[in-house]
Amino acid sequence: MMRRLLLTLLLSVSSTAMAAETLTVYSGRNEKLVGPLLKKFTEKTGIEVKVRYGETPQLAATLLEEGDKTPADVFFAQDAGALGALSNAGRLQALPKATLDKVDARFRSPTGQWVGVSGRARVAAYNTKKVKAADLPDSILGYTDAKWKGRLGWAPTNASFQAFVTALRLLKGEDAAKQWLQGIQANGVRVYKNNAAIVEALGRGEIDAGFVNHYYLYAAKKSNAELPVANDFSVAGDPGALVNVAGVAILKESKKQDAARKFSAWLLENDAQAYFSQETHEYPLVAGVKTAQDLPALSKVGSPELDLSKLDDLRGTVKLLQDTGVL
Amino acid sequence: MTRRAPRWLLISGVLVAALAVLPAVYLGVRAAEADTSAWGLLFRERTWGLLWRTLGLAAAVTVLAAAVSLPLAWLTTRSDLPGRRLWTVLLCVPLAVPTFVSGYVLLAAFGIGGVLEELLTRWGLPVPPVYGFPGALVALTVSTYPYFFLALRAGLLSQDPAWLEGARSLGLSPTRAFWKVTAPLLRPAFVSGALLVGLYVLSDFGAVALVQYDAFSRAIYVQYEGAYDRTYAALLGLALVAVTVVVLVLEVRLRGRAGYHRSSKGAARASAPVSLGRWRVPALLFCGAVVLAGVVLPVGVLLYWGARGLARDEASLMQPALGSLLASVLGAVASVLCALPLAFLAVRYPSRLTLAMERVSYVGYALPPIVLALSLVFLGVQALPFLYGTLVMLVLAYVVRFLPQAVGTVRSALLQLNPHLAEAAASLGESPAGVFRRVTAPLLRPGLLAGAALVFLTAMKELPATLLLAPIGYETLATRVWGATAEGRFAEAALPALVLMAVSALGVGLLVSQEGDAPRG
Repeated sequence: MMRRLLLTLLLSVSSTAMAAETLTVYSGRNEKLVGPLLKKFTEKTGIEVKVRYGETPQLAATLLEEGDKTPADVFFAQDAGALGALSNAGRLQALPKATLDKVDARFRSPTGQWVGVSGRARVAAYNTKKVKAADLPDSILGYTDAKWKGRLGWAPTNASFQAFVTALRLLKGEDAAKQWLQGIQANGVRVYKNNAAIVEALGRGEIDAGFVNHYYLYAAKKSNAELPVANDFSVAGDPGALVNVAGVAILKESKKQDAARKFSAWLLENDAQAYFSQETHEYPLVAGVKTAQDLPALSKVGSPELDLSKLDDLRGTVKLLQDTGVL
Repeated sequence: MTRRAPRWLLISGVLVAALAVLPAVYLGVRAAEADTSAWGLLFRERTWGLLWRTLGLAAAVTVLAAAVSLPLAWLTTRSDLPGRRLWTVLLCVPLAVPTFVSGYVLLAAFGIGGVLEELLTRWGLPVPPVYGFPGALVALTVSTYPYFFLALRAGLLSQDPAWLEGARSLGLSPTRAFWKVTAPLLRPAFVSGALLVGLYVLSDFGAVALVQYDAFSRAIYVQYEGAYDRTYAALLGLALVAVTVVVLVLEVRLRGRAGYHRSSKGAARASAPVSLGRWRVPALLFCGAVVLAGVVLPVGVLLYWGARGLARDEASLMQPALGSLLASVLGAVASVLCALPLAFLAVRYPSRLTLAMERVSYVGYALPPIVLALSLVFLGVQALPFLYGTLVMLVLAYVVRFLPQAVGTVRSALLQLNPHLAEAAASLGESPAGVFRRVTAPLLRPGLLAGAALVFLTAMKELPATLLLAPIGYETLATRVWGATAEGRFAEAALPALVLMAVSALGVGLLVSQEGDAPRG
């Protein structure tokens, strides 16, 4: 048994050594979601891809720790904040303009160091058995109303949540953000580990509404089609309708620049964009690619006008979350 | 009377201890980057609150786990309980249950809208609280009591029955003899179990996050997860190291210096099992209840996930299963090997230095695994680039993290071993290696196996270090389970999680069957 494993390990090592070109990708995106996509890339270009899968923040910390000795060529991150942190630390190099220009300026780094490849909208998910859509507030700010007491859930350690709070601070000011956090706390909000746990809790009826990213609902429905949960998008321009991105960046020391550029360009080609739309239920960011049928169009979501690269001001957010006792 | 330790033993001990302090060194390097505002954050009121809550939880879990484990260890080693080996294996399995599964079990069963919650409510019975302190207490006790259980078992198995027989022949009742003789002799096993459980609670993130109990490790994770702030996280980590050191110093005071081995001639033999009589049914019910909470409920939840899932994962589990086995077995063997010099030095050549070296091995264990993983990334990139990205790095990580599990059990077994046996063998012309192989190792076997079993089981479910340090593309069952659940695809996680538990149970079964040929089950 052991011998067979060693043999496979040996074979996999030698086969990658023989391949023409091998790209090393650190993926903060889940293997279930992007594994098939990366295989397609290899089929199309002949470039082998070695992937280290992990949690986006932990991979970002690892990349910072590895510094200029990192074996990674590309970082495929789940949120703009992680890419911003690496960009600030001077670990990234600029992407080609042609690649950057495929995506709306809102969804890429202003210095060209990373580009968004798929969009993830903030929503309030709610239990359809306990709440009528008409009773939901238009703005996320409405959830501080006392009628939501004991009915809400959030995941304050989650990167997407923190990106949303950062947006709230930038759009409405520190005081308003503080008031919102305190108002939600005053409503006895339940704390969850992540978005998936919130959707589960909504399904059980433990809470009536929770703040999550839009696509967790579809992942949960794959396991349980009967789940009585739906998404509600806030009105256009509201911080509750923020669209964050998963994005890609090339590490400064990468010795496989060409392959890395091909990879990032390929993620913005129609095939890959359609994959995000159909398989992961995210928003494609390149114009002309259809969004999944059951989703409102990205143009209708009304993400507030905001430079996403500013979402890397997480220290301020974490400090606010700590000062208010949320963390 | 202290003798000088042989140089080779001392050198190997120093090397292992150096590896074990690595995470603390790493934290020191990162903390040195801190400015005054970061230090200010550390010394505010909230930190003390976190500390207080974390220590309270650690103490409560330790006491409860000890109370559950002592009867279980006694029943499976000293009584005529039917199916002792099977019970032993089942009672160890919870160590291999990934935390998010145990947390989910609790919520799915007793949370609002949970299966058992609905039944209890319908029958007008009170529903046990799942969130906050009670939830954390139960979840962590269920997943850590086997540390105590295995340590106490090893202690009971290597205890010479002559002690107990002597006490009985002097007229003590079985119960009194147990408390007067057996229990005091278990002190080293208790201490090592308590350290393993208590310090594990300090490092735990999964369970406390799920039941929403705000503890120290959670605060550390928040810094990495949210703020990408390695400096403040390092300060919090160093605070946790300081707490650990205080605990370890207190523990040395508690431990005492008594010898625990017999001094008369002859070697220990197995004791005759005690007949349970009318206590047999309650004993079986007790074991059954613990197995129900630790094994049956998680398996039930996993089957439920699997059954309700529409998506089927077609990928073979053979490769990740072998990956888990290989890494965990290597980790277990390496940890026991590294534990030996530390335990020998501390027991046979006690001095301030050797005791400090043994203590130091616990430091990495109390830290959240992400800190440990990053410290090995640091070591690998800075000092061992030729090993970085190989399986060796991962095994090293397992050693740093799980060393105390091996040190504690080996140490308590060694304390019960009479050094004169080895000396006699040496005086008869046996080489040091020969003495170890032919005399010491066979007598230490229960302790070595218990240590290996602990490391094996915990390594099987280890995640942060496995994700960051395993060779790229190397899969384990734990990473497969994680891959499925991270996006909420619980159905796809069920099968690999069940295989993980089954493989772990098989592994422990194998180890338990090696325990010896005495009439123990």
